[in-house]
Amino acid sequence: MALERKDVENIAHLARLAISEADIPEYARNLSNILALVEQMSAVDTAGVHPMAHPLDATQRLREDAVTETDQRDHFQAIAPAVEAGLYLVPKVIE
Amino acid sequence: MHNKTLAELSAGLTAGAFSSVELTRHFLERIARFDGQLNSFITVSVESALAQAAAADARRSRGEAGPLTGIPLAQKDIFCTNGVRTSCASKMLDSFVAPYDATVVAQCNAAGMVMLGKTNMDEFAMGSSNETSFYGPVKNPWDTAAVPGGSSGGSAAAVAARLAPAATGTDTGGSIRQPAALCGISGIKPTYGRVSRYGMIAFASSLDQAGPMARTAEDCALLLGAMAGFDPRDSTSVERSVPDYRAALGQDLKGLKIGLPQEYFGAGLDPAVGAAVDAAIDEYRRLGAEVVEISLPNTGLAVPTYYVVAPAECSSNLSRMDGVRFGYRCENPKDLEDLYKRSRGEGFGAEVKRRIMIGTYALSAGYYDAYYLKAQQMRQLISDDFKRAFEQVDVIMGPTSPTVAFNIGEKTADPVAMYLADVYTIAANLAGLPGMSIPAGFVGNRPVGLQLIGNYFDEARLLNVAHQYQQVTDWHQRMPQGFE
Repeated sequence: MALERKDVENIAHLARLAISEADIPEYARNLSNILALVEQMSAVDTAGVHPMAHPLDATQRLREDAVTETDQRDHFQAIAPAVEAGLYLVPKVIE
Repeated sequence: MHNKTLAELSAGLTAGAFSSVELTRHFLERIARFDGQLNSFITVSVESALAQAAAADARRSRGEAGPLTGIPLAQKDIFCTNGVRTSCASKMLDSFVAPYDATVVAQCNAAGMVMLGKTNMDEFAMGSSNETSFYGPVKNPWDTAAVPGGSSGGSAAAVAARLAPAATGTDTGGSIRQPAALCGISGIKPTYGRVSRYGMIAFASSLDQAGPMARTAEDCALLLGAMAGFDPRDSTSVERSVPDYRAALGQDLKGLKIGLPQEYFGAGLDPAVGAAVDAAIDEYRRLGAEVVEISLPNTGLAVPTYYVVAPAECSSNLSRMDGVRFGYRCENPKDLEDLYKRSRGEGFGAEVKRRIMIGTYALSAGYYDAYYLKAQQMRQLISDDFKRAFEQVDVIMGPTSPTVAFNIGEKTADPVAMYLADVYTIAANLAGLPGMSIPAGFVGNRPVGLQLIGNYFDEARLLNVAHQYQQVTDWHQRMPQGFE
């Protein structure tokens, strides 16, 4: 499937990626080539094949619902771009 | 000292021939002297390495040393290290200092190993040539015009040039095996779930697996023993005891059944690489193995399947890089959406953005069945191919990579051509099987890797089969010129 400019813009929006105008044609070409590669899968009939989500047929482990983590807020927020009074700062969301 | 294997270094430390501080200084000096040519390290942690070495020597003097205590290693910069920057070779994490250690790092530390630094890699492990790194490409020590492979290219180059006696790597579609092959070293990707993924920055969670990279199979056995094991903090970690990987190395190979998949020797394989692999197989015949032809009919569809599964999972995993809690944030965002979009747009490189977009597309409304569900079905068929093969044979062999190392810049303009560099390695990740690459000759001055694929949790056998070959060949002892 060949992607058009508007497809690339839409995908980039869904992925929350700013890409420059000038780069869109190259993304469209490269992404179309990758999708052409991927579409080789359609040559195989997979009707009735059980989809494999995990290599080892594992089931999710459960543990006791007990507190195991201590509060490390200050430690974790030390690497944040902007914090104040224990809160992460972002541009105003609610007018 | 730098030509010694881990086993020899361990013996030297035990005998008191040298201390860990001396050994660590020796490798730090080599990194300072040679890494300008290779760019294999992103961060060299001189002070913490010397402190760890001194602590290892003290531990030894108390009589508490284990086999790896005091031995230096390099960690791929995808493993979180408390107090030392973890960049994942991305501008996004250029200033990221993790607030905790990955389990792999914690286990190496607990064994008393000394971390020399963090190795260069493809950005977020997405690449086969180490050219997508924010910190520039790594060069292959055998020929600095050539790529070292990827994504664990820094680890492979550092070990090949003897800047570190061993290193860690991760392998999502070949990222341990392919660079090991292209740099002439040994590396093993264990069974999915064998080594904890906790603190290993996630690329494709159902495929990612960490493993050791070293010069010999014996060294890989030693290091894998320290890395492997159950970890309750990784929900896909397997609760299964870790065998003594060195115990089985000496077993002879009489009666071993080796399967050669015809699909691994067809069009696309460089005939000179094929000839080196054939010669290695002949060596195995002389060691008493029986060689049979097998078929893995869906081999050709492994790359297309992977380029749905891996991007889909990466688009989800990398959504945590949003410029809010850690990592890069753009200047003067005008609103929250602008903050997300520009932080991600400016923080990620082109290949990472391509894969996020492919994954986003494949998972978007209306396309899920055609792409992700289809790929999961293909994954089942690929896995079934191996299941049938392992009813007949003990181990599968073939080339690790269709060519030797290509030149820097040769494939960067064509992502699909780059993806095909992993045509023989990806299937093992899709099936979750262990795979290994060992040096098996040269084409010109560039190394050839022999790939070994084993059944689930058969790492000990792969290491044994690799070790026996290394007892009768010396490819793994060859050293690139200019790094004496």
